[in-house]
Amino acid sequence: MHGSVPGVSPRPSESAFAGLSDEDLRRLLSLALSKGGDYADLYFEHCLTASYVFEDERVKTVGRGISLGLGVRVQRGEATGYAYCEGLDEVAMARAARTAAEIAESSAQPGPQQIVSRVVPSFYRVAEPSLRTPPQTKLDLLRRGDRTARAIDRRIVKVVCSFSEEQRAILIVTGDGRRYSDQQPLLRYGIHVVAEDGTKRQSGSSGGGGRYDLQFFDRKTPEHYAREATHVAIAMLDAVEAPAGQLPVVLAAGDSGILLHEAVGHGLEADFNRKRTSNYSGRVGEVVASELCTVVDDGTVENSRGAINVDDEGAPGQRNVLIENGRLRAYMQDHLSARIMGTTASGNGRRQSFRHEPMPRMTNTYLLAGRDAPEDIIRSVSRGVFARRFSGGQVNISNGDFVFSLTESYLIEDGKLTAPLKGVNLIGNGPDVLTKVSMVGHDFEMSDGIWSCGKDGQSVPVGIGTPTVKIGAITVGGTRT
Amino acid sequence: MSHGSHDSMNKQATLRALAERVAALTIEEGADAAEVIIGAGQSLSVKVRQREKELLHESESHGLGLRVFVSHRSAVCHTSDLSETALRRFVRDTIELSQLSEPDDLNELPERSELVLPGQQLLDLDLWDDQTARLTAPELFDIASRMEAAALGYSTRITNSDGASCDRNAGYMALALCDKSGLAFSGASRGTYCSFSVEALCDDEDGKKRNASYWSASRFFERLATPESVGQEAARRAISKLGSQKLPTAELPVVFDPDASRALLRSLASVVSGGSIYRKSSYLCGREGTQVASPLITIVDDPLRPRGPGSRAFDGEGLPARRNSIVEAGVLQGYLLDTYSARKLGRKSNGCAGRSVGGSPHVTTSNLILQAGTTAPQALLDGIERGLYVTDMMGFGFNPVTGDFSRGAAGFLIEHGQRTTPVSEITISANFDELLKRVDAVGDDLDERSSTMSPSLRVTRMTVAGH
Repeated sequence: MHGSVPGVSPRPSESAFAGLSDEDLRRLLSLALSKGGDYADLYFEHCLTASYVFEDERVKTVGRGISLGLGVRVQRGEATGYAYCEGLDEVAMARAARTAAEIAESSAQPGPQQIVSRVVPSFYRVAEPSLRTPPQTKLDLLRRGDRTARAIDRRIVKVVCSFSEEQRAILIVTGDGRRYSDQQPLLRYGIHVVAEDGTKRQSGSSGGGGRYDLQFFDRKTPEHYAREATHVAIAMLDAVEAPAGQLPVVLAAGDSGILLHEAVGHGLEADFNRKRTSNYSGRVGEVVASELCTVVDDGTVENSRGAINVDDEGAPGQRNVLIENGRLRAYMQDHLSARIMGTTASGNGRRQSFRHEPMPRMTNTYLLAGRDAPEDIIRSVSRGVFARRFSGGQVNISNGDFVFSLTESYLIEDGKLTAPLKGVNLIGNGPDVLTKVSMVGHDFEMSDGIWSCGKDGQSVPVGIGTPTVKIGAITVGGTRT
Repeated sequence: MSHGSHDSMNKQATLRALAERVAALTIEEGADAAEVIIGAGQSLSVKVRQREKELLHESESHGLGLRVFVSHRSAVCHTSDLSETALRRFVRDTIELSQLSEPDDLNELPERSELVLPGQQLLDLDLWDDQTARLTAPELFDIASRMEAAALGYSTRITNSDGASCDRNAGYMALALCDKSGLAFSGASRGTYCSFSVEALCDDEDGKKRNASYWSASRFFERLATPESVGQEAARRAISKLGSQKLPTAELPVVFDPDASRALLRSLASVVSGGSIYRKSSYLCGREGTQVASPLITIVDDPLRPRGPGSRAFDGEGLPARRNSIVEAGVLQGYLLDTYSARKLGRKSNGCAGRSVGGSPHVTTSNLILQAGTTAPQALLDGIERGLYVTDMMGFGFNPVTGDFSRGAAGFLIEHGQRTTPVSEITISANFDELLKRVDAVGDDLDERSSTMSPSLRVTRMTVAGH
């Protein structure tokens, strides 16, 4: 198979794990429980990646990566022992299992008598994983984006297009004998441009992707992303200083879902609430947002970056209502927090790779549609900010302060969008800002942007979404007082 | 020399020999040139929370990265499978993959004359500590427990902890470059690192929790702070945030503590790297030789500091590492370059290539240092009637192309030259070019814990947005 078509990867599948018999798996779990842990699991991962960068009108970089390994986890009470090995060498796997076992200090517990495969539905069936298809198609996508961006406006002086893809095969075996496997495709397309006009210079970016195959680009074309990126760069050439202080802010549908991710998402991850370090600790049942807000975390959004058929510790992906009409309903649970809090795992136990222990993480987090027309929402603001595009955000779980950075935004004056604004941060306090949500549009949109979420040094792909939303007042961090 | 240390030296030599062998194999298989990097490491991390063990994480990892050049085309691949047969196949696949790229005459290995010669002695920067490498899980648990106990026991106002963690790492790196005329460079390095941190929490009257963390880190165990002092400092900082308030929007003088200054310095690093210059993605394009900061500011990148957290004897492309002056008395001296960005700009690399197993070479800083000034930290507040003292910044609000800077912040109000009320949920903004020129005092309190080192800084004026 190798070398038959240049640049085409072999089928990444459970075949990397084919040498593992049930007997091997039972033996590893027995070793993991040999010091008396309460629970153990095995996480096998085989991940193939490829990337292509097009810059200065040529294919500049091509690359590929292979990683294969096993992570072994053992729990005793609230404590976790974790060890991993690169590759699936028998001796190394046994050593990892024995090392993880060391967290416990009593007599051996039996491993599972038998291992039973569980089947879960798929939310990201693809006809042909992109990693299996010839690279020329992908290089064409890059050339098309580059050509379009250059043709749109002579002020575009620099274009970088990139395509990256990944095919992850995982095999999870739990201490109670359940076995899950999954194939997770992921692709992303990105374009970054720089516009120059006299002494003014600005950049713009766009991109998208998810758990798709290349058919994705029939719908979302490289030309579309090129137009978006150039639009931002050109528009921002004329950006004026943003205002400073408390103002009404209208968040555009789609990408503004970052508000939910930062303002409430992290604070509702169960580990922070079990440890009582979140400002949402002990508040299930209380009103924490305007009654217009229903916030959902949903691993079942088809083909989204954050979709998971099964989480990284064997709980099927599911849809969880976190806040319903302003009232806090539930936290996002992983196996450990659910056990200690006396509830069930919610399909939110995720990890970056076999080198990392799982923890409660978001999947696709979004706000449900309301009733307002988006144009009415903008019209209702006499002076404020309309935010369309973001570079990221951050939250302090404990005091609830969060920021997110705007890369494309406009002043609203007398109900109309006027001047583009220079890059600016919004800062708010989660529970406070959500009570100030005063209008919610009927135009719900999932972002197809390339969002990744970082926590404790681990990065996982996530999705976000929202309709147009009005926040009555939030601090806008501009320079004009 | 202890037994452990001897094993470690052997491991370094073994990895270097493997890197040389794979580089030679790549030439045998038909490449014009090859660059092989191998990284390997052993790490141990623990976490304690509420006086109970929470996590023991142990790992032994390794990976190999290969960059090949065939008729001016290249590819960069990595793998964690280092078995003989897998590597041979990996080399062939990488060579084959390179044919998908398009020829780029500038994308080649450095000139031989630029490299550290094979056989030439590499500088010993004293980056390995046997004691750190040998730390055991019980020892790490002991450090974390003592640190957390000190934080929790500091005051009854400390009501919770997000846990105390302690990590130690022993890492190895080997790099080999080869072309048709044989080995061009071969080097290896090893280093240890130990760090610990704790986060303390208090309950505020408004129902919010106030949190602060503190940490210590060093390559050498003997240089670490005591766990008790770190725990107490985290507690002190958390308590000092009780009663935090927003401020009214205003233009104010701002003092950055060394942690916050470090974040400013990281922003600067992104706009002096060769990659951002040739991509026209830096507001400092074309500004060499001009005033880009206050005359009080001098910034160097110094990879040759003995025991430095970011020290390296050679860069990621085999060039001898060197001290580069970036800003001297406010004047921009030059950019940090790797081979490709240097050639794009018509220059020579100044040895700033970083290289990880998973990616292509690109400019990285080593020990990036904003040199200490002469003002005592407390004296920075002198004469400020009303100002802001920043201890924490949040978010990603820096546009490298324009220098526009806007970030979330927390810290203290300064009134009549004294730190008074704690503040949070505000933003600070200015154009970075103006911000650096408005620095009117530099502290003498250089923080050397991490590879980006800064003292406190005072800026005459920024926009503070609050209520």
